[in-house]
Amino acid sequence: MTLSELAQKALATRREVLRMIYRAGAGHIGGALSAVDLLVVLFYDIMNYRPEEPDWPMRDRFILSKGHSCEGYYVILADRGYFPREELTSFMKYQSRLMGHPHPEIPGVEIATGSLGHGLSVAVGMALAGKRDQLPYRVYCLLGDGELAEGSIWEAAMAAAHYGLDNLVCLIDCNGLQISGPTKQVMNTQPLAAKWEAFGWAVRAIDGHDLQQIRQHLNLVPFSTGRPSLVIARTVKGKGISFIENDYHWHHRVPTSEEYERAMRELAGPGRQGLEDDR
Amino acid sequence: MDRPNRRVFTETLLALAKNDRRIFALASDSRGSATLNEFAATLPDQFVEVGIAEQNLVGIAAGLAKCGKIPFVCSPACFLSMRSIEQVKTDVAYSGANVRLIGISGGVSYGALGGTHHSLQDLAVMQAIPGMTVLLPADNRETALLTQELVDYPGPVYMRLGRETAPRVYEDDYRPAIGKGTELLSGFDLTIVAAGELVRSALDAGHLLRKEGISCRVVALNTLKPLDTEILLTAAKETGAILTVEEHSIYGGLGSRVAQFLGESCPVPLSVAGFPDEPLVTGSQEELFRHYRLDAAGLVERAKKLFRRKQAPRF
Repeated sequence: MTLSELAQKALATRREVLRMIYRAGAGHIGGALSAVDLLVVLFYDIMNYRPEEPDWPMRDRFILSKGHSCEGYYVILADRGYFPREELTSFMKYQSRLMGHPHPEIPGVEIATGSLGHGLSVAVGMALAGKRDQLPYRVYCLLGDGELAEGSIWEAAMAAAHYGLDNLVCLIDCNGLQISGPTKQVMNTQPLAAKWEAFGWAVRAIDGHDLQQIRQHLNLVPFSTGRPSLVIARTVKGKGISFIENDYHWHHRVPTSEEYERAMRELAGPGRQGLEDDR
Repeated sequence: MDRPNRRVFTETLLALAKNDRRIFALASDSRGSATLNEFAATLPDQFVEVGIAEQNLVGIAAGLAKCGKIPFVCSPACFLSMRSIEQVKTDVAYSGANVRLIGISGGVSYGALGGTHHSLQDLAVMQAIPGMTVLLPADNRETALLTQELVDYPGPVYMRLGRETAPRVYEDDYRPAIGKGTELLSGFDLTIVAAGELVRSALDAGHLLRKEGISCRVVALNTLKPLDTEILLTAAKETGAILTVEEHSIYGGLGSRVAQFLGESCPVPLSVAGFPDEPLVTGSQEELFRHYRLDAAGLVERAKKLFRRKQAPRF
């Protein structure tokens, strides 16, 4: 996909995320928007998978460890054909399978996440299985920076390096904010790169909204043979909507109708009003 | 010759794994307690050591299971059932990852090491996880046969094994079935229902009671969940009094589950033998069984009291 096509996908994904949350009256808008560009590059450009054959053994695996940011993930899975786009309208509604956190009942989702600090261990298990079976697939795991306070993350980081899992790629959506405020104030996990390097990972820091940079670096994994790769992606919580950006109060706030319309106009692409449907 | 069930389990697992590359054994610096050294040396490609990290242990197992492996997670029951219970709930059960959780040295196997090492809440916690099968083999034969059953059994499983030599309960022709209890002794005055390695004490108590003229039925359950409600209902109807015995807190284990079931279907006088809701005294497993009256003599005493209650006029 060209960079401009990726940018179009990212914009359309953000619009759909906003629609889903507004319609449901619930969701995690801040973290969903900060992760969109990373997800778009992974799912439209980097990963090998077959939506028509979700259990294809050679597929690259993806785990959204920060499971509350599921909206963008659902939009992309639907767009790739795992389930009908119409189903997005049921997000968090009664008896919908699109609940507020991912679950394997949703086609394309590998594992349930939502309780933080779980995803990387599961990713390690999948990467280890790939190594033992000598299969060429990779495992990608997206973490939030607030999530890093969970001790299980570091248990998994240790194990990934111990087993030399260079088929494992971890991305940290580093938006610097969590539900109670700035991550540095809630629980400072800096210096991140030094910590992960000390744990045996090959680390690169990038701009998590620069599609070209994301793509460039993800195309270079493993950054070091025999070591797991970590991408520290600097991102903006609520990216794309000016009055939501960088405000932790928007961790899971739902826009009012006025805010919704204003946000939609901001997310409009060239020549669009923003409020119309993307289909 | 009777041996510890944990040893029988690992030998059976190794024999199975030699012919089935899907089988993985995972340890959390628990190779010694789980007796997995030979497995690790013989099949290093099917063995995973995670160090002292029970949360990671279960998460990794879920990842392996999702990639077609059949992971047997072997870790002391006290840590496996508590430290990593959220991974069990979310990564394993909720995610549909078919992981076999083997709680080694369950109950008060580690008696004198103290409360940190007692596993007296594991059954309460594990049976509350949707879809989890909870197994408690009694002797060596049952352990070996249930281990074989587990390879292709659908859904996640928790199996608790003790540390010490497990006395023999079953005959050579016994074939356990998951979810099916066994009547070990027939009788009509009352029923002792036991699970796991206390089945032997229950059976001994049953024989002692018969000598005293009380016709005691003994029912062994190798599966706490799903519960064999048929055998329980028959016992309640035919004997009119139930004594449960378990190596667990009296809260949330076998006694609680049986009480819930019979309360809803066939209320009869019931007595729940287990460990009280308090810090335990120091001692070996055997000493603790004796202290808390879970040995055959203690069960006989309790059964007689229950039998008197059954005979007393009701209001």
